[in-house]
Amino acid sequence: MSEMIATTKKQSRQLSAEEIREIEHEKTHYPYTQAVGLEALKIVQKHQGWVSDESLLAVAEYLDIPVADLEGVATFFNMIFRRPVGKNVICLCDSVACWMLGCDDLKAQITSRLGIEYGETTEDGEFTLLPVPCLGACDKAPVLMVGRETHRHVDPENLDQLLNELQRENTKSKKTM
Amino acid sequence: MADGMSEKVSITIDNQAIEVDPDKNLLEEVLSAGLDLPYFCWHPSMDSVGSCRQCAMTEYADEEDQHGRLIMACMSSPRDGARYSLQAAADFRAEIIEGMMISHPHDCAVCEEGGECHLQDMTVMSGHTYRRYDGTKVTHRNQNLGPFIGHEMNRCITCYRCVRFYRDYAGGTDLGAQASHHHVYFGRYDDGPLESEFSGNLAEVCPTGVFTDKVFSKHYSRKWDLQTSPSICAGCSIGCNINPGERYGTLRRVVNRYNDEVNGYFICDRGRFGTGYVNDDAVRIRQSMTRSSQDADPVLVSNADALQQLQDMSGAIGIGSPRASMEANFALREKVGKANFYAGLSQQEFAILQQILSIYQDTPAHIASLKDVEASDAVLILGEDLTNTAARMALAVRQSVRHRSFEKAAEQKIPLWHDAAVRKLAMDERSPLYILSPHATRLDDVSETTHICNAGQAARIAAAVASRFDKEVLAPEKLDKAEQALVKRITASFKGARQPLIIAGSNSMSLPLVQSAANLAQALYQKNELTQLALVGSEANGLGLMLLMEDSQQDLQQAFATGTQSAIVVENDLYRRAPTAEVDHFIAGLEQLAVIDNIKTRTGEQAHLVCASATFAESSGTFVNYEGRAQHYYATFKPVDSILPATRWLAPETSLATLTQACSQTLANCAGMADLTPGQDYHYAGLLVPRQQFRYSGRTAMRANKNVHEPKQEQDPDGIMSYSMEGVSPLKEARVFNTPWAPGWNSNQSVFKFQDEVGGHLKQSSIGVRLLDKRNSAEEGGYIALDSSEKNTAFPLYHLFGSEELSAQSQAIQARATSAYVAMNPADADRLGFNAGGGVTVQGNGVVPLLLRDSIATGSVGISVGLPGLNVHDVLPDVSLEPAPQWQAPPQWQPDNIIVSDRLHKLHEQEGD
Repeated sequence: MSEMIATTKKQSRQLSAEEIREIEHEKTHYPYTQAVGLEALKIVQKHQGWVSDESLLAVAEYLDIPVADLEGVATFFNMIFRRPVGKNVICLCDSVACWMLGCDDLKAQITSRLGIEYGETTEDGEFTLLPVPCLGACDKAPVLMVGRETHRHVDPENLDQLLNELQRENTKSKKTM
Repeated sequence: MADGMSEKVSITIDNQAIEVDPDKNLLEEVLSAGLDLPYFCWHPSMDSVGSCRQCAMTEYADEEDQHGRLIMACMSSPRDGARYSLQAAADFRAEIIEGMMISHPHDCAVCEEGGECHLQDMTVMSGHTYRRYDGTKVTHRNQNLGPFIGHEMNRCITCYRCVRFYRDYAGGTDLGAQASHHHVYFGRYDDGPLESEFSGNLAEVCPTGVFTDKVFSKHYSRKWDLQTSPSICAGCSIGCNINPGERYGTLRRVVNRYNDEVNGYFICDRGRFGTGYVNDDAVRIRQSMTRSSQDADPVLVSNADALQQLQDMSGAIGIGSPRASMEANFALREKVGKANFYAGLSQQEFAILQQILSIYQDTPAHIASLKDVEASDAVLILGEDLTNTAARMALAVRQSVRHRSFEKAAEQKIPLWHDAAVRKLAMDERSPLYILSPHATRLDDVSETTHICNAGQAARIAAAVASRFDKEVLAPEKLDKAEQALVKRITASFKGARQPLIIAGSNSMSLPLVQSAANLAQALYQKNELTQLALVGSEANGLGLMLLMEDSQQDLQQAFATGTQSAIVVENDLYRRAPTAEVDHFIAGLEQLAVIDNIKTRTGEQAHLVCASATFAESSGTFVNYEGRAQHYYATFKPVDSILPATRWLAPETSLATLTQACSQTLANCAGMADLTPGQDYHYAGLLVPRQQFRYSGRTAMRANKNVHEPKQEQDPDGIMSYSMEGVSPLKEARVFNTPWAPGWNSNQSVFKFQDEVGGHLKQSSIGVRLLDKRNSAEEGGYIALDSSEKNTAFPLYHLFGSEELSAQSQAIQARATSAYVAMNPADADRLGFNAGGGVTVQGNGVVPLLLRDSIATGSVGISVGLPGLNVHDVLPDVSLEPAPQWQAPPQWQPDNIIVSDRLHKLHEQEGD
């Protein structure tokens, strides 16, 4: 009896009422609950910032789909975060057009200013830096994306400005909290 | 898969004209034609998805076309008159494999797959001999997947075969494909045992060493160093064909052996991992012994003395066994005389198996092989928990529900081999599967309806369906509205089916249920002559034992009633067959008890004479499976000299072949057994069939640490196989076919070289002889009057891992097994005053835990079978339980996930019409 049928060591968390409401809404769009998996993960990420094991289990349980399936979806898409990320996720494009127009320098600038490499999060939890292969705006390279906002023709000056703004907003929101 | 055969079309491949089936894909047809074309993701049982891009070939538009275009052979239908080339795409294939091999660790020397690796074979075949990539390889973290399967993801070439088998084919849910591009990872959500009962097949399905047999890894040997033989699994009544492998006197592993009518390419985890007992000194009897009295300490005796003592036991009765071979049982019957031979089965099991045998002789319906089960398009399962009692059949039933998807694909003109398209097209649409069971089952996820009811009610529902097909069957009363609606649905499904199938068996321990299944098959046959029936048993040779009983009615209870003073028991533990007190009483009354067995049992512990017998791996013989298919198994290796096959203990002077022939001549219905083994004239120039491959190493050196003299080659008095690498490998039309191997094909994939076409019959080997197939169309038997005495207050609960006697003694199986328990519906528990999470005292068996499950029929109690701590024969049929509030759960006790079906999220119950 040493090794019983597996039970996951982690337990699912309780989904919030708001998360459930939004997932239920998505369910009306699809004939199979499997299809709702991705949308449900996006909803959870919207509310929690990332998809923890506890959230993953909660969604799998709620939708009655195997957690292995849902993990397959969650890990297939780079923008579903299975690790905690900062409040601002900077997605810096490193594909050909942006590379030709100096994205490496921009990356170095971010790293020196915020002290994070690709895949890392600042200690204060404000910023995460990720490379992305293309944001579909090669004619306006180099490009980066923060949240839902795409920033085109990025250069050292407007990058500094952008980071200033983001940091200001962060401190502001901290104060109001 | 496809019904009927289309007319062949002709194509040319590299200027060689071949005839091909247009309903198959090109890869299959190229391989069937005997040509070599590398592939990974395609599998004969799982068809094509076109994910690996390895089987590229060139298709030319017409005679003028010089360049042609690349096509994936597995994703293309042959075009009549078209011209193809394998040669022209060789460079492309070499590039593809180079890409796939970029992160492969090249650790063949320390990889369990090395030497029988499909990836090795294909790499060599594709001509990728030099590695140009010198960058960093992707590395993965491996998971602990439990006691059966090892995980080494770095070797993966992402062919997706594992998930296609595990999820799509076998219905497992806990193995998935994760991440994307060069990070693709096949594993569970977290560490933990793979839940599917068929997980072991991953080791064979994976083309390389990502998923390996963990039990084998612990005492590993290369494929070419294993001594192997064609064998039959002793784990249940299905009789899957297996290929055990031995080295240094221990059984190392079991792999699937192809038989297209039985197990095809797959076996269950009980069969693969349940043979560890063969090597376990704590379990085995390796030396015969005597006791002066039942309580005295045993004294070891020589074979000669033991044989003499057996010889001297005159007037003894013989008790046979459903886990002993036909020959061993027959030898015992001959020794004691037919009048003194008893079946060694409980009264109830005897009655049910006898009923099954008589049904098989009378029914006009076809007795379904597993291949037939897969081809069925409407299935009704009555009371059998197939996944736990005849697992391979559950896997076949799971394929049968795909029939609807093939119909839909045919309507859309989608080739049936186009697996992804066929599955996506059908989504959740399935051919009807109805399950009537006292508890939830592992097939509920694909059933149209799983109706929870006791055996009596299931028998009545089946009778109601039968009455709709033949007015001669009286419609039963006592069906509620929901059940009447269910009867209507089943009737409609059967009416629309081309090849309906009814499954029941002896494990439900209900005689009327089996009778009702037969009646339904008979009634349905009036409307549809393709009606099929399958009645499973519990052990490897249960039906064979009934064939030996002929018209005798002598079950174990009758043996007890003889008041005999002397008994010989062959490979049977009576404490698993009858109430404890009755067996105690019987043994106490014996002056002489001889037990011939290969494992230590409670019966053997009290015997005056214990003779060490050989297991299936060390002896040859015949088992008759649930469908009446006699299959011969050959000893894999020779045990130590003190162990003899049971047949040698009972008939020391008679060869096995003589016993097999005697069975065929003496026993009614067994004439076909004569054809099972080749006669002596089979030998080519006096040479035997070798058990060892020609690369077998260490013949002169492997025992040098003990003695530098090379021992004499072991002789096998029982067969036509040698314990040697010398001899003649299977010839054309050979009936003995050992491990498949072909030049360039070292893995199990090489079996296609021995098939008449891919996935077809073996050109060599025996697929067994169906003893009960009717030579003439049978006289119509009448309907059976249902036995109405049954009470149905309790029902048995089986575990694939633990309920079977032999496999349960293997450590790998024990790691997945649980101890005895009783289960009931919470509503009943409330009514009777039992607490959740508490224990119950079972009459004569102490305290066992009580499990409460919504998915259990109300009004009856589930009793675990064969698990340590409870003798089911003490409890059935009149179960009496007392609450045991003082019971404390043991520290590791996990009440969840004990019953396999617990893992199903919810029951797919559709009521109403």
